[in-house]
Amino acid sequence: MIQAMSMRASVMRAILMLMLAMPLLSACGFNTIPTREEQAKAAWSEVLNQYQRRADLIPNLVETVKGYAAHEREVLEGVVEARAKATQIQVDASLLENPEAFKTFMESQSQLSGALSRLLAIAENYPDLKASQNFLALQAQLEGTENRIAVARRDYIEAVRLYNTSLKTLPSMLWAKFWFTDAEPLPTFTIAEENQSAPTVDFGSGG
Amino acid sequence: MLTVSTQLSMGWKQYLRLLTLALAVLCVTGIAGFAQDLPALTGRVVDNAGLLDAATETRLTARLQAFEQRASDQIVVATIPSLDGGAIEPFANRLFRSWELGHTGEDNGVLLLVVPDDRKMRIEVGYGLEGTLTDLHSKLIIENTMVPAFRRGAFAEGIEKAVDDIIMVLEGNGAELEARAKRVAEEQSEPVWPLVLFIAVWATLFFGGMGLALLAPIFGRKIGPGRYQWLGMEIDTNPKPQRRRGAGSRGGFAGGGGWSSGGGFSGGGGSSGGGGASGSW
Repeated sequence: MIQAMSMRASVMRAILMLMLAMPLLSACGFNTIPTREEQAKAAWSEVLNQYQRRADLIPNLVETVKGYAAHEREVLEGVVEARAKATQIQVDASLLENPEAFKTFMESQSQLSGALSRLLAIAENYPDLKASQNFLALQAQLEGTENRIAVARRDYIEAVRLYNTSLKTLPSMLWAKFWFTDAEPLPTFTIAEENQSAPTVDFGSGG
Repeated sequence: MLTVSTQLSMGWKQYLRLLTLALAVLCVTGIAGFAQDLPALTGRVVDNAGLLDAATETRLTARLQAFEQRASDQIVVATIPSLDGGAIEPFANRLFRSWELGHTGEDNGVLLLVVPDDRKMRIEVGYGLEGTLTDLHSKLIIENTMVPAFRRGAFAEGIEKAVDDIIMVLEGNGAELEARAKRVAEEQSEPVWPLVLFIAVWATLFFGGMGLALLAPIFGRKIGPGRYQWLGMEIDTNPKPQRRRGAGSRGGFAGGGGWSSGGGFSGGGGSSGGGGASGSW
Protein backbone atom coordinates (compact mmCIF):
# COMPACT_ATOMS: atom_id res chain seq x y z
CA MET A 1 0.00 0.00 0.00
CA ILE A 2 2.67 2.42 1.07
CA GLN A 3 4.91 1.16 -1.69
CA ALA A 4 2.17 1.79 -4.23
CA MET A 5 1.72 5.28 -2.84
CA SER A 6 5.42 6.05 -3.16
CA MET A 7 5.43 4.52 -6.63
CA ARG A 8 2.65 6.80 -7.65
CA ALA A 9 4.42 9.74 -6.06
CA SER A 10 7.60 9.00 -7.97
CA VAL A 11 5.67 8.67 -11.21
CA MET A 12 3.99 11.97 -10.49
CA ARG A 13 7.35 13.54 -9.79
CA ALA A 14 8.74 12.20 -13.04
CA ILE A 15 5.80 13.63 -14.97
CA LEU A 16 6.21 16.94 -13.20
CA MET A 17 9.92 16.99 -14.01
CA LEU A 18 9.16 16.19 -17.62
CA MET A 19 6.58 18.95 -17.80
CA LEU A 20 9.12 21.37 -16.42
CA ALA A 21 11.92 20.07 -18.59
CA MET A 22 10.03 20.03 -21.87
CA PRO A 23 9.85 23.79 -22.43
CA LEU A 24 13.47 24.03 -21.35
CA LEU A 25 14.50 21.34 -23.83
CA SER A 26 12.63 22.95 -26.67
CA ALA A 27 14.15 26.29 -25.73
CA CYS A 28 17.58 24.71 -26.07
CA GLY A 29 16.83 23.69 -29.64
CA PHE A 30 16.00 20.05 -28.98
CA ASN A 31 13.00 20.30 -31.28
CA THR A 32 14.76 22.23 -34.00
CA ILE A 33 16.25 19.30 -35.86
CA PRO A 34 13.17 17.05 -36.08
CA THR A 35 10.92 20.03 -36.86
CA ARG A 36 13.09 21.27 -39.68
CA GLU A 37 13.66 17.79 -41.02
CA GLU A 38 9.93 17.25 -41.27
CA GLN A 39 9.48 20.65 -42.90
CA ALA A 40 12.11 19.81 -45.48
CA LYS A 41 10.47 16.47 -46.17
CA ALA A 42 7.07 18.12 -46.55
CA ALA A 43 8.61 20.60 -48.99
CA TRP A 44 10.08 17.67 -50.88
CA SER A 45 6.67 16.01 -51.12
CA GLU A 46 5.33 19.20 -52.64
CA VAL A 47 8.10 19.12 -55.25
CA LEU A 48 7.21 15.51 -56.13
CA ASN A 49 3.53 16.40 -56.16
CA GLN A 50 4.07 19.15 -58.73
CA TYR A 51 6.33 16.98 -60.89
CA GLN A 52 3.59 14.35 -60.84
CA ARG A 53 1.02 16.94 -61.87
CA ARG A 54 3.18 17.89 -64.80
CA ALA A 55 3.59 14.26 -65.84
CA ASP A 56 -0.20 13.86 -65.70
CA LEU A 57 -0.74 16.79 -68.06
CA ILE A 58 1.65 15.57 -70.72
CA PRO A 59 -0.37 12.78 -72.45
CA ASN A 60 -3.20 15.23 -73.17
CA LEU A 61 -0.81 17.83 -74.43
CA VAL A 62 0.92 15.38 -76.74
CA GLU A 63 -2.42 14.21 -78.13
CA THR A 64 -3.54 17.78 -78.78
CA VAL A 65 -0.32 18.74 -80.54
CA LYS A 66 -0.48 15.53 -82.60
CA GLY A 67 -3.83 16.63 -83.96
CA TYR A 68 -2.31 19.72 -85.54
CA ALA A 69 1.33 18.86 -86.02
CA ALA A 70 1.55 15.10 -86.42
CA HIS A 71 4.69 15.29 -88.51
CA GLU A 72 6.74 16.77 -85.67
CA ARG A 73 7.33 13.17 -84.74
CA GLU A 74 10.78 13.66 -83.31
CA VAL A 75 9.80 16.30 -80.78
CA LEU A 76 6.63 14.48 -79.76
CA GLU A 77 8.48 11.22 -79.25
CA GLY A 78 11.14 13.06 -77.29
CA VAL A 79 8.52 14.27 -74.83
CA VAL A 80 6.88 10.85 -74.50
CA GLU A 81 10.23 9.20 -73.94
CA ALA A 82 11.40 11.75 -71.40
CA ARG A 83 8.12 11.40 -69.53
CA ALA A 84 8.41 7.63 -69.49
CA LYS A 85 11.94 7.87 -68.15
CA ALA A 86 10.98 10.37 -65.46
CA THR A 87 7.95 8.42 -64.26
CA GLN A 88 9.87 5.14 -64.19
CA ILE A 89 11.86 6.23 -61.16
CA GLN A 90 10.35 5.08 -57.91
CA VAL A 91 9.65 8.24 -55.95
CA ASP A 92 9.26 8.30 -52.21
CA ALA A 93 10.97 9.85 -49.21
CA SER A 94 13.90 7.44 -49.49
CA LEU A 95 15.01 9.31 -52.58
CA LEU A 96 16.39 11.94 -50.23
CA GLU A 97 18.66 9.46 -48.50
CA ASN A 98 20.14 8.22 -51.74
CA PRO A 99 22.17 10.93 -53.51
CA GLU A 100 22.60 8.79 -56.63
CA ALA A 101 18.88 8.23 -57.10
CA PHE A 102 18.19 11.86 -56.24
CA LYS A 103 20.55 12.98 -58.97
CA THR A 104 19.07 10.60 -61.53
CA PHE A 105 15.59 11.78 -60.69
CA MET A 106 16.48 15.44 -61.02
CA GLU A 107 18.27 14.78 -64.30
CA SER A 108 15.30 12.94 -65.77
CA GLN A 109 12.98 15.77 -64.72
CA SER A 110 15.22 18.40 -66.24
CA GLN A 111 15.35 16.38 -69.48
CA LEU A 112 11.57 16.34 -69.48
CA SER A 113 11.56 20.11 -68.98
CA GLY A 114 13.82 20.47 -72.00
CA ALA A 115 11.68 18.22 -74.18
CA LEU A 116 8.53 20.08 -73.13
CA SER A 117 9.93 23.49 -73.90
CA ARG A 118 10.95 22.23 -77.36
CA LEU A 119 7.39 21.07 -77.87
CA LEU A 120 5.96 24.42 -76.82
CA ALA A 121 8.48 26.17 -79.06
CA ILE A 122 7.36 24.29 -82.19
CA ALA A 123 3.75 25.05 -81.31
CA GLU A 124 4.55 28.65 -82.18
CA ASN A 125 4.77 27.55 -85.82
CA TYR A 126 1.17 26.31 -85.93
CA PRO A 127 -1.38 29.12 -85.70
CA ASP A 128 -4.28 26.66 -85.70
CA LEU A 129 -2.78 24.79 -82.78
CA LYS A 130 -2.09 28.00 -80.87
CA ALA A 131 -5.65 29.18 -81.43
CA SER A 132 -7.25 25.95 -80.25
CA GLN A 133 -8.98 26.23 -76.89
CA ASN A 134 -7.74 22.86 -75.84
CA PHE A 135 -4.13 23.80 -76.40
CA LEU A 136 -4.54 27.14 -74.65
CA ALA A 137 -5.99 25.38 -71.63
CA LEU A 138 -3.21 22.82 -71.51
CA GLN A 139 -0.57 25.46 -72.04
CA ALA A 140 -1.95 27.58 -69.19
CA GLN A 141 -1.99 24.58 -66.88
CA LEU A 142 1.48 23.54 -67.92
CA GLU A 143 2.87 27.02 -67.37
CA GLY A 144 1.17 27.14 -64.00
CA THR A 145 2.63 23.78 -63.07
CA GLU A 146 6.11 24.78 -64.18
CA ASN A 147 5.83 27.85 -62.00
CA ARG A 148 4.57 25.77 -59.06
CA ILE A 149 7.52 23.45 -59.56
CA ALA A 150 9.84 26.45 -59.39
CA VAL A 151 8.15 27.67 -56.20
CA ALA A 152 8.17 24.20 -54.63
CA ARG A 153 11.84 23.78 -55.48
CA ARG A 154 12.66 27.15 -53.97
CA ASP A 155 10.74 26.26 -50.82
CA TYR A 156 12.55 22.93 -50.62
CA ILE A 157 15.94 24.60 -51.04
CA GLU A 158 15.08 27.02 -48.25
CA ALA A 159 13.80 24.27 -45.94
CA VAL A 160 16.92 22.19 -46.55
CA ARG A 161 19.11 25.21 -45.97
CA LEU A 162 17.49 25.75 -42.57
CA TYR A 163 17.74 22.07 -41.68
CA ASN A 164 21.34 21.66 -42.81
CA THR A 165 22.29 24.86 -41.00
CA SER A 166 20.75 23.61 -37.79
CA LEU A 167 22.94 20.49 -38.06
CA LYS A 168 26.04 22.65 -38.16
CA THR A 169 25.27 25.49 -35.77
CA LEU A 170 24.86 25.80 -32.03
CA PRO A 171 22.89 24.90 -30.04
CA SER A 172 21.07 22.37 -32.22
CA MET A 173 24.41 20.94 -33.40
CA LEU A 174 24.91 19.48 -29.93
CA TRP A 175 21.64 17.62 -30.14
CA ALA A 176 22.63 16.32 -33.55
CA LYS A 177 25.93 15.07 -32.09
CA PHE A 178 24.55 13.43 -28.98
CA TRP A 179 20.96 12.54 -29.67
CA PHE A 180 19.97 12.60 -33.35
CA THR A 181 23.12 10.85 -34.41
CA ASP A 182 21.48 9.51 -37.57
CA ALA A 183 20.51 12.98 -38.83
CA GLU A 184 22.20 13.57 -42.16
CA PRO A 185 22.27 16.73 -44.28
CA LEU A 186 19.67 16.57 -47.06
CA PRO A 187 20.60 16.94 -50.71
CA THR A 188 19.61 20.06 -52.56
CA PHE A 189 19.53 21.37 -56.12
CA THR A 190 22.13 23.48 -57.74
CA ILE A 191 21.31 26.53 -59.80
CA ALA A 192 23.12 25.07 -62.79
CA GLU A 193 20.62 22.26 -62.93
CA GLU A 194 17.76 24.70 -63.23
CA ASN A 195 19.47 26.52 -66.06
CA GLN A 196 20.01 23.28 -67.95
CA SER A 197 16.32 23.09 -68.68
CA ALA A 198 16.32 26.38 -70.59
CA PRO A 199 15.31 25.81 -74.21
CA THR A 200 17.76 26.34 -77.04
CA VAL A 201 16.07 28.20 -79.84
CA ASP A 202 17.65 27.90 -83.23
CA PHE A 203 16.79 30.77 -85.54
CA GLY A 204 19.21 29.76 -88.30
CA SER A 205 17.85 26.55 -89.80
CA GLY A 206 14.12 26.96 -90.01
CA GLY A 207 12.31 23.59 -90.15
CA MET B 1 60.18 41.07 -27.88
CA LEU B 2 57.54 41.54 -25.28
CA THR B 3 56.51 44.89 -26.66
CA VAL B 4 56.27 43.44 -30.12
CA SER B 5 53.99 40.68 -28.99
CA THR B 6 51.72 43.05 -27.08
CA GLN B 7 51.62 45.33 -30.06
CA LEU B 8 50.76 42.41 -32.21
CA SER B 9 47.94 41.32 -29.91
CA MET B 10 46.66 44.88 -29.80
CA GLY B 11 46.66 44.90 -33.54
CA TRP B 12 44.79 41.65 -33.58
CA LYS B 13 42.17 42.92 -31.20
CA GLN B 14 41.66 46.07 -33.18
CA TYR B 15 41.49 44.08 -36.35
CA LEU B 16 38.90 41.78 -34.84
CA ARG B 17 36.86 44.67 -33.56
CA LEU B 18 36.95 46.29 -36.96
CA LEU B 19 35.93 43.05 -38.60
CA THR B 20 32.97 42.62 -36.25
CA LEU B 21 31.89 46.17 -36.87
CA ALA B 22 32.16 45.73 -40.60
CA LEU B 23 30.17 42.52 -40.41
CA ALA B 24 27.48 44.16 -38.32
CA VAL B 25 27.23 47.05 -40.76
CA LEU B 26 27.10 44.62 -43.65
CA CYS B 27 24.33 42.62 -42.00
CA VAL B 28 22.23 45.68 -41.28
CA THR B 29 22.62 47.16 -44.74
CA GLY B 30 22.05 43.75 -46.28
CA ILE B 31 18.76 43.37 -44.48
CA ALA B 32 17.74 46.92 -45.29
CA GLY B 33 18.59 46.36 -48.93
CA PHE B 34 16.47 43.24 -49.08
CA ALA B 35 13.49 44.91 -47.42
CA GLN B 36 13.74 47.91 -49.71
CA ASP B 37 13.46 45.59 -52.63
CA LEU B 38 9.74 44.99 -52.20
CA PRO B 39 7.15 47.77 -52.31
CA ALA B 40 5.12 48.43 -49.18
CA LEU B 41 1.51 47.33 -48.91
CA THR B 42 -0.05 50.76 -48.62
CA GLY B 43 -3.58 49.73 -49.52
CA ARG B 44 -5.62 47.47 -51.75
CA VAL B 45 -4.26 49.33 -54.75
CA VAL B 46 -0.52 49.92 -54.74
CA ASP B 47 0.09 51.99 -57.85
CA ASN B 48 3.83 52.55 -57.78
CA ALA B 49 4.07 52.79 -61.55
CA GLY B 50 1.39 55.47 -61.70
CA LEU B 51 -0.91 53.75 -64.18
CA LEU B 52 -4.17 54.64 -62.48
CA ASP B 53 -5.87 57.98 -62.04
CA ALA B 54 -7.15 58.94 -58.62
CA ALA B 55 -10.79 58.28 -59.45
CA THR B 56 -10.11 54.73 -60.68
CA GLU B 57 -7.93 54.02 -57.69
CA THR B 58 -10.66 55.12 -55.27
CA ARG B 59 -13.28 53.13 -57.16
CA LEU B 60 -11.11 50.01 -57.23
CA THR B 61 -10.27 50.27 -53.55
CA ALA B 62 -13.93 50.60 -52.63
CA ARG B 63 -14.89 47.68 -54.84
CA LEU B 64 -12.16 45.42 -53.45
CA GLN B 65 -13.02 46.38 -49.90
CA ALA B 66 -16.69 45.64 -50.43
CA PHE B 67 -15.80 42.31 -52.00
CA GLU B 68 -13.60 41.31 -49.10
CA GLN B 69 -16.31 42.21 -46.61
CA ARG B 70 -18.77 40.07 -48.46
CA ALA B 71 -16.62 37.17 -49.55
CA SER B 72 -13.49 37.39 -47.34
CA ASP B 73 -11.21 37.03 -50.37
CA GLN B 74 -8.42 39.59 -50.49
CA ILE B 75 -7.61 40.98 -53.91
CA VAL B 76 -4.75 43.45 -54.26
CA VAL B 77 -3.73 45.37 -57.38
CA ALA B 78 -0.07 46.33 -57.61
CA THR B 79 1.89 48.09 -60.29
CA ILE B 80 5.65 48.57 -60.21
CA PRO B 81 7.66 50.37 -62.87
CA SER B 82 10.27 47.71 -63.57
CA LEU B 83 11.53 44.28 -62.51
CA ASP B 84 15.18 45.25 -63.01
CA GLY B 85 15.78 42.35 -65.32
CA GLY B 86 14.19 39.66 -63.14
CA ALA B 87 11.32 37.37 -64.05
CA ILE B 88 7.81 38.33 -63.00
CA GLU B 89 6.81 34.95 -61.53
CA PRO B 90 9.32 34.74 -58.66
CA PHE B 91 8.83 38.42 -57.89
CA ALA B 92 5.04 38.09 -57.75
CA ASN B 93 5.34 35.08 -55.47
CA ARG B 94 7.77 36.85 -53.17
CA LEU B 95 5.54 39.90 -53.04
CA PHE B 96 2.44 37.80 -52.37
CA ARG B 97 4.14 35.98 -49.53
CA SER B 98 5.61 39.07 -47.98
CA TRP B 99 2.22 40.81 -48.09
CA GLU B 100 0.51 37.65 -46.82
CA LEU B 101 -2.60 38.15 -48.91
CA GLY B 102 -5.63 36.10 -47.94
CA HIS B 103 -6.60 34.81 -44.53
CA THR B 104 -4.57 32.36 -42.52
CA GLY B 105 -5.61 28.80 -43.27
CA GLU B 106 -7.76 29.85 -46.22
CA ASP B 107 -4.99 31.42 -48.30
CA ASN B 108 -7.67 33.20 -50.29
CA GLY B 109 -5.70 36.06 -51.78
CA VAL B 110 -5.20 37.24 -55.33
CA LEU B 111 -2.44 39.56 -56.52
CA LEU B 112 -2.77 41.36 -59.83
CA LEU B 113 0.67 42.66 -60.74
CA VAL B 114 1.44 44.91 -63.71
CA VAL B 115 4.95 45.91 -64.75
CA PRO B 116 4.73 48.49 -67.56
CA ASP B 117 8.44 48.80 -68.39
CA ASP B 118 8.78 45.07 -68.93
CA ARG B 119 5.32 44.92 -70.54
CA LYS B 120 4.40 42.02 -68.26
CA MET B 121 1.52 41.21 -65.99
CA ARG B 122 0.66 38.37 -63.65
CA ILE B 123 -2.29 37.12 -61.66
CA GLU B 124 -0.87 35.30 -58.65
CA VAL B 125 -3.44 33.14 -56.89
CA GLY B 126 -3.25 31.94 -53.28
CA TYR B 127 -3.33 28.22 -52.44
CA GLY B 128 -6.96 28.37 -51.35
CA LEU B 129 -8.30 29.87 -54.57
CA GLU B 130 -6.37 27.70 -57.02
CA GLY B 131 -9.40 25.48 -57.49
CA THR B 132 -11.77 28.37 -58.24
CA LEU B 133 -9.62 30.89 -60.06
CA THR B 134 -7.68 28.32 -62.06
CA ASP B 135 -4.57 28.93 -64.09
CA LEU B 136 -6.72 28.85 -67.22
CA HIS B 137 -9.11 31.48 -65.85
CA SER B 138 -6.18 33.71 -65.01
CA LYS B 139 -4.67 33.16 -68.44
CA LEU B 140 -7.95 33.98 -70.17
CA ILE B 141 -8.43 37.14 -68.13
CA ILE B 142 -4.93 38.23 -69.08
CA GLU B 143 -5.18 37.36 -72.76
CA ASN B 144 -8.76 38.44 -73.44
CA THR B 145 -9.23 41.39 -71.10
CA MET B 146 -5.91 42.91 -70.16
CA VAL B 147 -3.74 42.46 -73.26
CA PRO B 148 -6.13 44.16 -75.74
CA ALA B 149 -6.72 47.12 -73.41
CA PHE B 150 -3.04 47.46 -72.56
CA ARG B 151 -2.10 47.42 -76.24
CA ARG B 152 -4.34 50.44 -76.66
CA GLY B 153 -2.62 52.04 -73.68
CA ALA B 154 -5.80 51.91 -71.60
CA PHE B 155 -4.18 50.64 -68.40
CA ALA B 156 -6.83 51.84 -65.98
CA GLU B 157 -9.58 50.26 -68.06
CA GLY B 158 -7.71 46.97 -68.45
CA ILE B 159 -6.94 46.69 -64.76
CA GLU B 160 -10.48 47.57 -63.72
CA LYS B 161 -12.01 45.07 -66.11
CA ALA B 162 -9.57 42.39 -65.00
CA VAL B 163 -10.58 42.97 -61.38
CA ASP B 164 -14.23 42.68 -62.42
CA ASP B 165 -13.43 39.40 -64.17
CA ILE B 166 -11.57 38.03 -61.18
CA ILE B 167 -14.47 38.88 -58.90
CA MET B 168 -16.89 37.34 -61.40
CA VAL B 169 -14.92 34.09 -61.47
CA LEU B 170 -14.69 33.96 -57.69
CA GLU B 171 -18.41 34.61 -57.39
CA GLY B 172 -19.09 32.02 -60.07
CA ASN B 173 -18.45 29.29 -57.55
CA GLY B 174 -21.06 30.68 -55.18
CA ALA B 175 -21.39 27.81 -52.74
CA GLU B 176 -17.66 27.57 -52.16
CA LEU B 177 -17.42 31.34 -51.79
CA GLU B 178 -20.08 31.42 -49.11
CA ALA B 179 -18.55 28.53 -47.24
CA ARG B 180 -15.18 30.26 -47.30
CA ALA B 181 -16.60 33.57 -46.08
CA LYS B 182 -18.38 31.72 -43.27
CA ARG B 183 -15.24 29.89 -42.21
CA VAL B 184 -13.24 33.12 -42.10
CA ALA B 185 -15.98 34.89 -40.14
CA GLU B 186 -16.15 32.02 -37.67
CA GLU B 187 -12.43 31.96 -37.25
CA GLN B 188 -12.33 35.66 -36.55
CA SER B 189 -15.13 35.54 -34.02
CA GLU B 190 -13.98 32.28 -32.46
CA PRO B 191 -13.57 32.55 -28.69
CA VAL B 192 -9.93 32.77 -27.79
CA TRP B 193 -10.04 29.98 -25.23
CA PRO B 194 -6.42 28.90 -25.73
CA LEU B 195 -5.46 32.41 -24.69
CA VAL B 196 -7.82 32.24 -21.73
CA LEU B 197 -6.30 28.94 -20.65
CA PHE B 198 -2.81 30.34 -21.04
CA ILE B 199 -3.61 33.33 -18.89
CA ALA B 200 -5.35 31.13 -16.32
CA VAL B 201 -2.30 28.88 -15.96
CA TRP B 202 0.08 31.78 -15.57
CA ALA B 203 -2.26 33.61 -13.24
CA THR B 204 -2.38 30.50 -11.07
CA LEU B 205 1.40 30.37 -11.00
CA PHE B 206 1.76 34.02 -10.16
CA PHE B 207 -1.11 34.55 -7.78
CA GLY B 208 -1.44 30.99 -6.47
CA GLY B 209 0.90 31.67 -3.58
CA MET B 210 -1.04 34.73 -2.64
CA GLY B 211 -4.29 32.82 -2.86
CA LEU B 212 -2.92 30.10 -0.60
CA ALA B 213 -1.82 32.62 1.97
CA LEU B 214 -5.30 34.12 1.99
CA LEU B 215 -7.31 30.90 1.86
CA ALA B 216 -5.26 28.78 4.22
CA PRO B 217 -6.24 30.78 7.33
CA ILE B 218 -9.89 30.38 6.35
CA PHE B 219 -10.07 26.72 5.38
CA GLY B 220 -6.91 25.33 6.94
CA ARG B 221 -6.13 23.90 10.36
CA LYS B 222 -4.06 26.13 12.56
CA ILE B 223 -0.86 24.44 13.70
CA GLY B 224 1.09 27.38 15.00
CA PRO B 225 1.25 31.17 15.04
CA GLY B 226 0.68 32.14 11.44
CA ARG B 227 1.07 28.55 10.26
CA TYR B 228 -1.73 26.50 8.83
CA GLN B 229 -2.18 23.08 7.35
CA TRP B 230 -4.42 22.90 4.32
CA LEU B 231 -4.73 20.36 1.52
CA GLY B 232 -1.81 18.44 2.94
CA MET B 233 0.49 21.43 2.79
CA GLU B 234 1.95 23.50 5.55
CA ILE B 235 1.55 27.15 4.80
CA ASP B 236 3.45 29.82 6.63
CA THR B 237 1.86 33.23 6.37
CA ASN B 238 4.41 34.97 8.60
CA PRO B 239 6.23 37.76 6.83
CA LYS B 240 9.83 36.76 6.32
CA PRO B 241 12.57 39.22 7.02
CA GLN B 242 13.79 40.00 3.56
CA ARG B 243 16.70 41.89 2.24
CA ARG B 244 15.46 44.94 0.45
CA ARG B 245 15.97 44.72 -3.19
CA GLY B 246 17.71 47.58 -4.91
CA ALA B 247 15.38 50.06 -6.45
CA GLY B 248 16.01 49.05 -10.00
CA SER B 249 14.37 50.71 -12.89
CA ARG B 250 11.05 49.11 -13.61
CA GLY B 251 11.44 47.25 -16.86
CA GLY B 252 9.20 48.73 -19.44
CA PHE B 253 7.39 46.39 -21.81
CA ALA B 254 7.18 48.32 -25.00
CA GLY B 255 6.06 47.21 -28.41
CA GLY B 256 3.77 44.29 -29.00
CA GLY B 257 2.20 45.44 -32.21
CA GLY B 258 -1.55 45.40 -32.25
CA TRP B 259 -4.05 45.46 -35.02
CA SER B 260 -4.12 48.71 -36.84
CA SER B 261 -7.79 49.42 -36.69
CA GLY B 262 -9.55 51.82 -38.98
CA GLY B 263 -8.38 52.68 -42.45
CA GLY B 264 -5.24 50.57 -42.50
CA PHE B 265 -5.05 47.48 -44.64
CA SER B 266 -2.83 44.50 -44.17
CA GLY B 267 -2.63 40.96 -45.40
CA GLY B 268 -4.37 38.25 -43.40
CA GLY B 269 -1.54 35.71 -43.32
CA GLY B 270 -2.19 33.83 -46.53
CA SER B 271 0.35 32.30 -48.86
CA SER B 272 0.71 31.26 -52.46
CA GLY B 273 2.43 28.35 -54.13
CA GLY B 274 2.76 29.93 -57.55
CA GLY B 275 -0.75 29.45 -58.91
CA GLY B 276 -2.13 31.77 -61.56
CA ALA B 277 -0.83 32.90 -64.91
CA SER B 278 1.39 35.52 -66.47
CA GLY B 279 1.30 37.30 -69.77
CA SER B 280 2.84 40.12 -71.71
CA TRP B 281 1.64 42.72 -74.16
